[in-house]
Formats: sequence, C-alpha cells, structure tokens
Amino acid sequence: MKKNIREYGMYIALVFIMAVFSFMTDGLFISSRNISNLINQMGYIAVLAVGMTLVIVIRHTDLSVGYVAGFLGAVAAILLTKMEIPVFITIPVILVLGVIIGLFNGFMVAKLGIPAFVASLAGMLIFRGALLQVTEGTGTIIISNKIFNAIGNGFIPDIANLPGVHLLTLILGALAIVLYVWSELTNRRNKKKYNFDVISPGMLTAKMILVSAVISYVTWILAKYNGLSWTVVIVIAVVAVYHFITTKTVLGRHIYAVGGNPEAAQLSGINVNKITYIVFGSMGMLAALSGILYTSRLQSATTTAGALFELDAIAAAYVGGVSAAGGVGKVTGSIIGALVMASLSSGMNLMGVGISYQYIIRGMVLALAVIFDVATRKKVA
Amino acid sequence: MNENILEMRNITKEFPGVKALNNVNFKVKRGEIHCLVGENGAGKSTLMKVLSGVYPHGEYKGDIVFNGEVQKFSNVRDSEKAGIAIIYQELALVPEMTVYENIYLGHEIKKGSVIDWNETIVQATKMLKKVKLDVNPETKVKNLGVGRQQLIEIAKALSKNVQLLILDEPTAALNEDDSENLLNLLKELKTQGITSIMISHKLKEVIAIADTVTVLRDGQTICSLDARKGEISENIIIKNMVGREIDNIYPKRDCKPSEETILQLKHWSAYDTSLGREILKDINIHVKKGEIVGIAGLMGAGRTELAQSIFGNPKKYKLKGELFINGEKKVFKHPSDAIRAGVAYVTEDRKGDGLILIQDIKQNISISNLKSIAKNGIINQNEEIKIANEYKASFNIKAPTIEQKVGNLSGGNQQKVSLGKWLFTKPKILILDEPTRGIDVGAKFEIYTIMNELVAQGMSIIMISSELPEVLGMSDRIYVVSEGRITGELPIEEATQEKIMELATKEG
Repeated sequence: MKKNIREYGMYIALVFIMAVFSFMTDGLFISSRNISNLINQMGYIAVLAVGMTLVIVIRHTDLSVGYVAGFLGAVAAILLTKMEIPVFITIPVILVLGVIIGLFNGFMVAKLGIPAFVASLAGMLIFRGALLQVTEGTGTIIISNKIFNAIGNGFIPDIANLPGVHLLTLILGALAIVLYVWSELTNRRNKKKYNFDVISPGMLTAKMILVSAVISYVTWILAKYNGLSWTVVIVIAVVAVYHFITTKTVLGRHIYAVGGNPEAAQLSGINVNKITYIVFGSMGMLAALSGILYTSRLQSATTTAGALFELDAIAAAYVGGVSAAGGVGKVTGSIIGALVMASLSSGMNLMGVGISYQYIIRGMVLALAVIFDVATRKKVA
Repeated sequence: MNENILEMRNITKEFPGVKALNNVNFKVKRGEIHCLVGENGAGKSTLMKVLSGVYPHGEYKGDIVFNGEVQKFSNVRDSEKAGIAIIYQELALVPEMTVYENIYLGHEIKKGSVIDWNETIVQATKMLKKVKLDVNPETKVKNLGVGRQQLIEIAKALSKNVQLLILDEPTAALNEDDSENLLNLLKELKTQGITSIMISHKLKEVIAIADTVTVLRDGQTICSLDARKGEISENIIIKNMVGREIDNIYPKRDCKPSEETILQLKHWSAYDTSLGREILKDINIHVKKGEIVGIAGLMGAGRTELAQSIFGNPKKYKLKGELFINGEKKVFKHPSDAIRAGVAYVTEDRKGDGLILIQDIKQNISISNLKSIAKNGIINQNEEIKIANEYKASFNIKAPTIEQKVGNLSGGNQQKVSLGKWLFTKPKILILDEPTRGIDVGAKFEIYTIMNELVAQGMSIIMISSELPEVLGMSDRIYVVSEGRITGELPIEEATQEKIMELATKEG
C-alpha cells in the first residue's frame, strides 16, 4: 500500500491542485479553453522532461538543452524563411542536428569523462552564443509558413461539423479507451497462461472504469474547445514511445541498470558508453523537437528562446519522482510533474498572483515534492 | 560495581513484516571479549544497531542496561557519550583526510572555538601507539591498506574513551597477517580493561579469541557459551547456529574432471596504466571441463585482476599473451564478448559491482541475458518472472517474492541471486571471486552444493578464495598467486595450508 501511495502520490497531488484552482477561480481553471491552452503551453517542456528523465536516470544532467532548443528553433526559422526549404525537409534536418549535438555531449561525458554538469554548462554557454549569433542581424525572425506554425497552434481537423464539439477528438478518445481495456485484458490473459496471480475481476473492473473515466473526461473537455491540438498529439506520441522503451525493452532495462549501478552494469555485459550515447542523443533530438514546438507556437524565433527551459524540465522530472541518485524514475511521472508545474503557473495567473510569488510557490512545490520522495523512499526501504 | 557491563533485556525489534529480534537477552561481562555469531539474517547487526542507538529508544521493546543504568539512546552520539563505540564492516573514514583528522573527526580538540591542530596531532600519535600502528599521522587515509584503516577506526574509538568496543566482522576484508594483528590488539585492549563485542563468521577466530560466545538464530538468543568453562568448540557453535549438525562443511563430490581442456592462458600479462606497473606476469594456466580450480594467494596478489583480465578486461589493462577457450584463440574487448563465449564472473564485491541493489530479484537475474527472453528487443516479462521464480526455488533464495529489492536481502541470499544471474547466461566457465565472503555456514553449504551440481553437469569453475580451508575443501587443483605470478600448482592430494602459504608468500 505504501508503495502505491508513492507511485500515485503525484497523480493525487495533480488532482488536488487542479481541484483547488478550479474552486478558487469559480471553474475558470477547469474550462475547456484553459485546459487546452495549459496543455499546449507545456508541450515544449514536456518533451524535454521526457528526455531529461533518462539523462537523470543514468546519473547525469544536461543543462544545454534550453539553448539548444532555442538555437535549433532559430535555425529552423532561417531554413524556412531565408532559404525557403520546405517544412517537411526542415523538421527532419533539425531533429538530426539535435541528435548530433546530443551525441557530442555524450562523447564528452562517456569518452572524455567530463562531468555532465560541466560539459553541458559549457554547451549552454556555447548555444546561447550561437543563438545570439544567428539572430544578431535580424533580431526576431517571423515565420509565415502555415504548416510549421500549425504544430504549435493548430488542432487536428474534424470529420464532421458538429456545433460545440470536436467529433474526431471524441472518436480518438473512445479508441484510446478501447485500446486500454484491450491491453489490460491481454495482459491478464497472458499472466493466467503462466499461472501467475492476477488481481480480482472486481478490482480490475474498478481500475478500468476509473482510467476510462479520466480519459473520457479529458477528451470531453478538449472536444468542447477545438479538439486535440497537434502539440498534444506529438507529446502523447513521444510519451507513448518512451514509456514503451523504458518499460518493455532490453534497451530500457539496460538504461536503468546503468543508472542503478554502472560498475555492475558494465560487468553484466552492458556497454555503458553506448547507453550514454543513446541517452544523450535522444535528449538532443527531444531538445530539437522542443525548439520546433516553441518556435512554432510563437510563430517566430527570438533572441531569448530557450532560456531556463532546462531548469523547468529538470524540475518537472524531480517533481515527477525521478531520483538524483540514479536508476529510478518514470517517463510518465515526469509528464505528471510537468503538468503539476504548468497547472501551478496557469492557476496562479488566472488568480492574478504576482510573478514574484509564482516563482516562490513553484520553488516550494519542487522542494516539497523531493521531500515527499525522500520520505516515502525511506519508509519503503 | 556490577559484573556485567552490559545487559540487554527482552529486546524485540520489528520491521514491517519481519520480527528481526524476538525477546533477545544478551549479557556482556566487564573486560571480556564477547563474540556474537549467527547465520546471516539472524539479527546480529540489528542487535548492535539497537545497542548503539542507530535504532533509537522507542523503536524497539526491552531495556538496555549499561554500567548498571537503563539507557535510552536516541542516536549514536548518545551511545558514544556513554562509552560505546561501533566499528562497521564498511569503514567510516574519509579517504581524502589525514589520519589525525580522521581520528578526531566529530569530536575535535578545540582551543576556544578553533581546532587545536598541534594538540590533535600529539593526541592522535598517542592513540596510534595504543593500537600499535606505525604510520605518520599526516598520511592521507586513502593511501593506507584496509588492515591499517581498521586500526585507525579503533584508534578513533579509543580517542572517545570507549569502554565497550563493538566490531562488525572486522576481519572480513583482512588477510591473515592483518587479522592476527587485529585479534592480538583486541586481547591487548582487554588487559587495559576495554570490553569488546565482535561479530564474526570466522569460527576459528572466534574460538581463538572469545571468552564468551553468544549464538543468535532467527532473531532469538540460542545460547551463551563460556570458554572458561570449556564450552566452546567449532561443532557446538555450528550446531547452534544452524540448528542442525553439519558433518562436513564441504559436501562430497563424486565426479572427476574430464581430460578436455576448456580454458587456457599462455604467457598472459597485464599492465595497469593507472598504477603504472605490471600486475600479472607471464601466467600459464589451464582449466579442464568439469573441474574446480582454486586460485589462492594473499590480498593484492593479483587474483581479482586475473579474473577480470579474462572476463573482457573492464578495467582496460594492457594485455599480452593468448587466451584459448575450447582450443580456440579469443580476444575479449568487453565483458559482453566474454559472456557470449560462455564465461561468467561472480564478483568479489556483491554490493559494489555485482548487483543492482535498487532493482528487484528478477531484474538482477535477467540483466545479463535479456536477449534470451526478448523478441525484437521487447522483453517477455512473464517469462522473466517464471525464470526468476525457478531460480528462487532451486537456490532457496529467502525472500517473500521475486519483486523484493536485492538491497534488502542478506548476504547469502544476495550471493545466490548473483549465482542465478550468471547461471542464467548458461556459461561453460564460471569464475567465482570470494564466493562465500561474509556468508554464514548454512548458506555456504548451499553454495558449495550448487557448485558441485554445476561441475557434475560439465561446467568448469575457477574459484578465487582467501579462505584456505575452502580452497582445500572444494578444489580439484590449486594455483597459488603471488605478486602477479603463478608461484605454484598443487594437485589437491598434495595441497596443505602450509604449502599454500609458503607459495603465496614467495617472492614473485
């Protein structure tokens, strides 16, 4: 039971925070429009938090991702506007550039043995300079490409024109529920095949109803506004892929083994350097994606893009239960962490809380989350 | 004055789901050396943690009477103030600090509010003399061997005016000379009126030094044996520890090794670039199918280095010479190459580089061979559970479920998980580095039995061990290493402890 509290603590905290803000703002917080905005605004931090989770799991950190995102966003803007390269070429090019930058960080950490904190601090300075360099002549670069801008602002098209509700979103939500129920049932069937204990049918039904209700509610809220945004689609895709890799694959297991005990992992036949490259490479790619999401949302590249993204991502990961000691932390947890932080900002903005207090409160929440984490960990051990 | 310096009455300590101590009574006479023995998980360390205030008053039931007064320690500082000092197996020294800084760390000698370093050095030198350690107090601790570090820990305890000294397996990591040295020191301290409690798995030591032996089993006091009444013998202690008689600690093996050579090293040398010297010199050894080859030698002779140089060379030594597996020449660039070729290596330091303590039993067992239960890189987690449960059952790993974190298991059970992990890679050659260090008699016997079963199935085992009885009891053939060289090869029929020691101390 204690283990469960630890696991679901963040979900409970999120629900609590949302309930409090909804109450304090007379329901404004939970309105379709606000929730849709909130989720779209956190997209570029969410993808960073996913990558950062793995970096922290293998006991490193990457401070460069904020300005890498800013710099690559500016490069994307230049490619699109000045060089008039089509958007479907620009995006893969930017993602590949991100991977290359990430691999270089991995090279410094794995091969040269520089502490990741220092190596990525250097990267942070370098890419901040690079961002200023490419935007120096022009200042802000305005992007007029409609397809590119839709990534950060657009919504998926609808198949029918119903008043006040987005039909495709509802259909996708229903599909998600079906998929979820199906996966729970196959899982249970497989476990039975192995003669393992399974949870009672009653518990399973209760769990399925609860999760389905949550999916239905979120879908309904989004469908009442403009439906699913492209940002949400991208974030869900990234989370789904990373969740799958971390929980189901050999690669994922190797990443957690390296984080749990690098020496033992090495002696278990795992190539620790290779894992380090992969994790930093993926971080670079997600930084590039973050840059694309942010630039597209603003419809322009600015000289200050990317400032403090890395700290928001790290905070989201820690709030989401990633352990600084390495080897512990879930991708889904970090997304919840990002949602908690975004909800705080959004809610406090609606209530008209001054920006100075907002920082102080977010800092306190971060500290509280880590205190909670440390306290529950002690109890379990 | 009371005859007993310490009396622990009806101590009960529970952890979630486990009663670690159940109504334990424990009495220590003033000025004696009292040994506390028991299998892993019997509750020895827990009892000492209750005594030293690691588990504060209120977290356990029962009374601690020290020097005739009921004590209610709320932390380690309280127990130290009362005159109790505990020295753990994992030493608590700061490697980057000097000897004198370490000795007075936490209770610095002050003049006003600043530290009086001159006085500190003077006092530290006195303490070093008391423990008969001849080192410059300004040496950094990291430059000293484990044996000397142990003595510094004792010096630190003495500097706090300790009356009762508790040592948790002090000789586990020491070689024979250092162990003897330490035991002599304890006897010396006894004459100065210091009472000692020693936890140890090495029964020979216990018999040599103890005035009283208390045996714990499953969280209960089984008996207290008095040496002065001639109640102590190895058999009696073992019988009380395991609750049954073990006639032979080393189970018999019927099979003989075959003539087929499975592993061979020719002119094998290794150069450690970080130390800047050659650590293995011109080694020629071979291992036959179905054979247990013992590698004996003193600490630092190069035994672990030999194992690691064969097992994919993770420390990146510069290697020379040739390695043959089944007559085929092989070059392993990474442990993964060695695993693929059928070599497995159970490390000496289970916690440090053997297991992933924060992961559970099943994840630790599968980690080296996930490939075999994965399709397209996706793990079949049900298959994983099945396999882990099989190892848990066949090795008798004591844990509620395979979802138990390995860090919460006792040493013997951790070692069984290590064995399971490596057997799951289906090796032909199993290298065991100190396979029974820090493990109780019962678990040792189980591990020896598993080893016998494995060689009966045709596996070959290289066993590195500092315990000579173990080397003599389990090996078919013995190599002795000294200063990076093989100084002798002994068939088991000719091997004796004396011969091995002679070869082990021979200049390389």
